[in-house]
Amino acid sequence: MSLSVAPLVVSLIVTNRIRKYVKTNILQRWEKPLKYALFLSVLLFAAEVIFSDTEVTKWVWHAYLVTIIVFALKQEELRLLRMFIVAFIPFELFSLLGDLTQLINDSFFKDHANYFNNATGFSFFWMAAILYSQNRQFKAAEKERIKRQHEDELNRAIAIRKVELEVLVAERTAELTEQKEELEHALEELRSTQSQLIQSEKMASLGELTAGIAHEIQNPLNFVNNFSEVNTELIEEMQEEMEKGNMDEVKALVKDIAENEQKIKHHGKRADAIVKGMLQHSRSNSGVKEPTNINALADEYLRLAYHGLRAKDKSFNVTMETHFDESIISVNIIPQDIGRAILNLITNAFYAVQVETRHALSLRSPEQSHKQPDYIPTISVSTKNRGNRVEILVKDNGPGIPAHILDKIFQPFFTTKPTGEGTGLGLSLSYDIVKAHGGELKVDTKEGEGTEFSIILPV
Amino acid sequence: MKILVVDDERDIQTLFEQRFRKEIKEKSMEFAFAFSGEEALTYLNLHEHETVLILSDINMPGMSGLELLRQIKEKYLKPPPVVMIITAYGDAESFDKAKQLGADDFLTKPVDFNYLKEKFKQS
Repeated sequence: MSLSVAPLVVSLIVTNRIRKYVKTNILQRWEKPLKYALFLSVLLFAAEVIFSDTEVTKWVWHAYLVTIIVFALKQEELRLLRMFIVAFIPFELFSLLGDLTQLINDSFFKDHANYFNNATGFSFFWMAAILYSQNRQFKAAEKERIKRQHEDELNRAIAIRKVELEVLVAERTAELTEQKEELEHALEELRSTQSQLIQSEKMASLGELTAGIAHEIQNPLNFVNNFSEVNTELIEEMQEEMEKGNMDEVKALVKDIAENEQKIKHHGKRADAIVKGMLQHSRSNSGVKEPTNINALADEYLRLAYHGLRAKDKSFNVTMETHFDESIISVNIIPQDIGRAILNLITNAFYAVQVETRHALSLRSPEQSHKQPDYIPTISVSTKNRGNRVEILVKDNGPGIPAHILDKIFQPFFTTKPTGEGTGLGLSLSYDIVKAHGGELKVDTKEGEGTEFSIILPV
Repeated sequence: MKILVVDDERDIQTLFEQRFRKEIKEKSMEFAFAFSGEEALTYLNLHEHETVLILSDINMPGMSGLELLRQIKEKYLKPPPVVMIITAYGDAESFDKAKQLGADDFLTKPVDFNYLKEKFKQS
């Protein structure tokens, strides 16, 4: 008697292999029966050992193996295991055939036992070879499967990360959009503040001019009133002379009255022009270029600036020189803009000589205080015709501009005046105005001697 | 009676000549005109002691009326001419300064000519 080691080994391998397959492919309903089957095969072997008999058990082994082989081959879900199961068929077939032959014709079996044993042994090796090769294939496939699983996991992780990133990007985009809107809003506010500042700078310079304007209007109005009063008197007188029949006197009076009417008209127009100029100055933007008499414009703003300054500081006086080049006919400019630039330069020049006057006064001894001071504040406004361009020059004999601030003077909000006295926008606005006219604003200064600004405009 | 009128407005001459045409015709008053402080000093140098009354604006380019007043009162002592100061700004500061420098009278624009005539008659 020999124990059924080979059937045990085969049944263990087959059952275990199926169990493994079932487990990995999650076919739960097969798991328990297969566990029992495994248990059964071990039990069967134990029974063989205990009863020391294989005559009955070998048939049970055959039944067991045939069942499990047929079962495995028939189940659609286990089709991938077929190649594996097939490896066991020759072995089972030959061992079953041997046992059946032995049962039917023992003498024939004994005569040919070698053939049977060889066939069974050969089929066993064949089975082993197939199993080995299949195991290798299986391992390779398993490796591949694990690799794919890893890849899948990686892809899933990437997909999750992608979603996270997309959320993050969306959040960032929203943040950026919000920031962009905030910035746009801030820019909008800055723009409106800028235009407000420009407007308030205009109004500030208008404020400085108000007294000058009032004075400038007051003078012509006085003439209008005075001449019309004179005319009233002259007309009365004329009537008296007419009654006397003194016609020569009447003619002389008529001539005077007519002349005075001209004066009234002239001074009325003068006041009118000043008011118009004032309105132009305060207007936010008309921005229309028109042929303008540069000399008249410079003269007008010089007078306005002078009276404006005099209204603020009544003790102050200055010698003003004008050198207008009469060959300049007219230049196409926005008069109120260039006027404002000229006004800024003149106001600055007045301020400079005012500073220098105070400085000169502070140096004088008490005995000198009644004498004419050595320093004569002087500003000059001139125009020059340079053919394809005109120059407007504003010169003062003030303290000059120190070299270390010279490159800052055109910057917005830069001012040397005490806080509250200057906006720091005058020169910067003037610069912008001149640039907008395609011209240049230049400065020439020497410390202790004075400063000359020039507006150069293309004709 | 000779009066020097100092003002940078040239039409002031026409105005005065017409306002005082009767006085001029009767030769009770004689007018001279200067259009700046400097011009006024030049005139006074040429016609010393002729002028008895000077009527000056304060607000003029170059030498102001107050500076002119100071120089007149310093240089032309005997006999001191009467100096009347006219200003467009009727402010206390100018008034005080003019008084301090020896102005004889202080008028505010627009000038009341009837009042001015009275003033001339008094001097």
